[in-house]
Amino acid sequence: MTVTAERLAPEAPARRPARRSRRPWPILVLSVAVVAVLALPIAFLLLEAVQFGWRALVPLLFRGLTAELLFNTVGLTLVVTLFAAVLGTLSAWITERTDLPARRVLAVLIVLPVAIPDFAVAFGWKSLFPSIGGFGGAALVMTLAVYPLVYLPVAASLRHADPSQSEVARSLGAGRVATFFRVTLGQVRLAVLGGALLVALVVLAEYGAFEILGYRTFTTEIFTEFTVGFNTPASCGLSLVLVGLSLIVVLGEGAARGRGRVSRGGALTPHAAHLVPLGRAKWWVLGGVVAFLGAAVGVPLGAILYWLVRGGSSTLPPASLLSAALHTALYSAGAGLLATAMALPVALLSVRHPGRLPAILERSTYLVLAVPGLVIALGFTYVSERDANGFLYQSAFLLILAYAVMFFPLALVAVRTSLAQSPLALEEVARSLGRPRREVLLRVTLPLVGPGLAAAFCLVFLEAVTELTATLVLIPTGSQTLATQFWAFQTNTAYGQAAPYAALMVAIAALPSVVLARWFDRLPGQAGAGRRPSTEGARLGPPGTVPT
Amino acid sequence: MGARAWVRRGRVAVTAVGVILAGATLAACSGGPASNVLTLYNGQHPETTEALVTAFEHETGITVLVRNADEDTLTNQITAEGARSPADVVFTENSPPLEFLSERGFLTQVAPSTLARVPARFSSPSGEWVGVSARVSVLVYNTDLVARHELPTSVLELAQPKWRGKLALAPGETDFQPIVTSVERRYGEAAALRWLEGLKANAGNHLYPDNETVTAMVNSGQAAIGIINQYYWYRLAAENGAAGTHSAIAFFEPHDPGYVVDVSGAGILRSSPHRAEAQRFLAFLVSDQGQRIIAHSESFEYPLVPGVAPPGGQRPLDQLQPTSISVADLGDGSTAVALLQKAQLL
Repeated sequence: MTVTAERLAPEAPARRPARRSRRPWPILVLSVAVVAVLALPIAFLLLEAVQFGWRALVPLLFRGLTAELLFNTVGLTLVVTLFAAVLGTLSAWITERTDLPARRVLAVLIVLPVAIPDFAVAFGWKSLFPSIGGFGGAALVMTLAVYPLVYLPVAASLRHADPSQSEVARSLGAGRVATFFRVTLGQVRLAVLGGALLVALVVLAEYGAFEILGYRTFTTEIFTEFTVGFNTPASCGLSLVLVGLSLIVVLGEGAARGRGRVSRGGALTPHAAHLVPLGRAKWWVLGGVVAFLGAAVGVPLGAILYWLVRGGSSTLPPASLLSAALHTALYSAGAGLLATAMALPVALLSVRHPGRLPAILERSTYLVLAVPGLVIALGFTYVSERDANGFLYQSAFLLILAYAVMFFPLALVAVRTSLAQSPLALEEVARSLGRPRREVLLRVTLPLVGPGLAAAFCLVFLEAVTELTATLVLIPTGSQTLATQFWAFQTNTAYGQAAPYAALMVAIAALPSVVLARWFDRLPGQAGAGRRPSTEGARLGPPGTVPT
Repeated sequence: MGARAWVRRGRVAVTAVGVILAGATLAACSGGPASNVLTLYNGQHPETTEALVTAFEHETGITVLVRNADEDTLTNQITAEGARSPADVVFTENSPPLEFLSERGFLTQVAPSTLARVPARFSSPSGEWVGVSARVSVLVYNTDLVARHELPTSVLELAQPKWRGKLALAPGETDFQPIVTSVERRYGEAAALRWLEGLKANAGNHLYPDNETVTAMVNSGQAAIGIINQYYWYRLAAENGAAGTHSAIAFFEPHDPGYVVDVSGAGILRSSPHRAEAQRFLAFLVSDQGQRIIAHSESFEYPLVPGVAPPGGQRPLDQLQPTSISVADLGDGSTAVALLQKAQLL
């Protein structure tokens, strides 16, 4: 922690419950139930891997190709996470803390890739520059697709970080560069780490973009194993490696996060940050940002537009765009709601009643991000068809449940962050006034974390809109989504006909993206936004703090 | 804590209930086996199947629910579903998935009258699936980069160093496995492995996920030459038009191990409660009408029933001189997969 000048306020003792409050059983039971549902596909994975057998798995795992794929996967994850962290942080600093012309407009454009599916970015580059590929191509495309996951939390964190710390540092003689590295970066460290965690997990599990780019990673290899040998057990065995890699990422992020907290002067009146004048460098920076936007936004949207206008002559059945869009919206919205509802008890437990069991429950849920969607779908298929007499099989509900399970960690991150930053004091006041626990939850806690719930919904919605592999297995027979249609055309290189589906996906994703951006924007402030300053003094806790 | 928050929360709750009800309604509609309804798990190209299904429904009054996905996804799915599979008929692009399902007891006998329509070598040796259409493996080459006289006559030559950096390959593509099996049958495992290692070295960074990409890469000049099934090139040419086509296809020399006919077929699930309707559907696929629909579709596959001409002015099936490997030799493709894994291509 480089910030020392402002340790005026006590280190937020009220944030953590002074006495360990009685663990509320309903929340614990609900959390365990949620974790049990999430464990279902992982249990299927383990059982299949066991069935495949250690003896068969060893020669498949310990050979040249595994090393090659491991190198590809790990190398790419490191490079993309690093680039995304640097670009996301730098662009956030430029739009929040410098006097760059038109920075408000640019800030909106920089967030836009959140609404563009990763594979649509790959599709854009590939269809306009067919030679793109290899490590460089994959790193470029993935960085451009995922950097907003870092930009959003960092920009929000910067906007609300106490600018007086930087000012004190400057007044004590630190240069601009030194201030950036020693103060500003310290303030946004947790936001950068949180974003980097999501980036790393997303890159590990990415399939569609690499399939288009022809770049081979562990995830694409797992799908190949499904393809060539119809070998579910072997694929599950290989998936164990992916789960192991994710475990390393999750533990690594936990260690890096440490017990770090960001303090701010609670008593100081917050004021807008003084913008760093860029001087003559302004135009160079502007040029750089515009070029970056051209690559991140211009190329994918341009490609979709180009193919929309150009059309195509293939004769794949023109399934109704509207019907596919409605199904996509319905399934994704259902998944968003369900995942958010599932995340709430787990988040409440881990934030409000911390301890070893809640920590284990919470952390274990991240692993599901590493399980390929196809494995999750086959797990639900197996349980529904063989153990539950076909109950709900290939129904909309089971598909929605599968989505909610797959993207649960995203919902959890959003709900938990929001919960950690809402003041416990208000809940304690309500309790001290004799309100029963349930009423406090409904009337104080939930409204406070409302924006967090909205963000959780949006994150899950955005991912579900583009999901393909689980969809193909679990979707009700005869229904289509935008993603299934996009891939049916894209794999036949009928780009002209794939384009309308990609365009609609971006359109459907645009609204949640706006909500998401607004949530991050008001993240460290109070839930009700707009009445931020008045509660500032009462806010004893540090912004940007996520208790572990 | 104002009324506004309550209203907002109420709205969310209403939306939630609405979505869940809608989901439950959809679920209710899609459940339960109805009579006169067939569920088809379709791994064939959707446009061709759509045309076949429409004609079948028109003629018989039987409704067909079509579930489109890759044949491997469908095969894994049927395996996971077990005896309760909702599928009545499975229709795939290649024979190995059908052989895989047949070996594991998922399929039942096809009516002899249906099997009799198609030359026996194109159908299941045990009579559990019927061949419906076929494709043939060929070379695709970029006409700006390779002259016709430079083309290899045998698939083995593609492993020679002269093609280093020029070859595009889709090792995971189901259409490639039959060629591997065929080379292994003719020359033995050690030679087949050396050949695959040569291909891997030559392909370098041009390893692609599917034949569509191989065809597109060769056409755009990223790679000079590749092995595909002929119909991918016809489709690309139809999509791009003459101005956008910078490639051509060429056959291997007669009976070369790379010159393989791949069969697409259909089978009936043993667990199907609609076997009679399913048999009618299979019979329709190999009827003159069904075969003409395949021949006229833009998937550019060969119909298998003698006397129905192939689409797009292609060389008729009975004039091809492929290697003599049979669907029984190809099996479920596990020989080829093991070799591809040894060569670190998979």
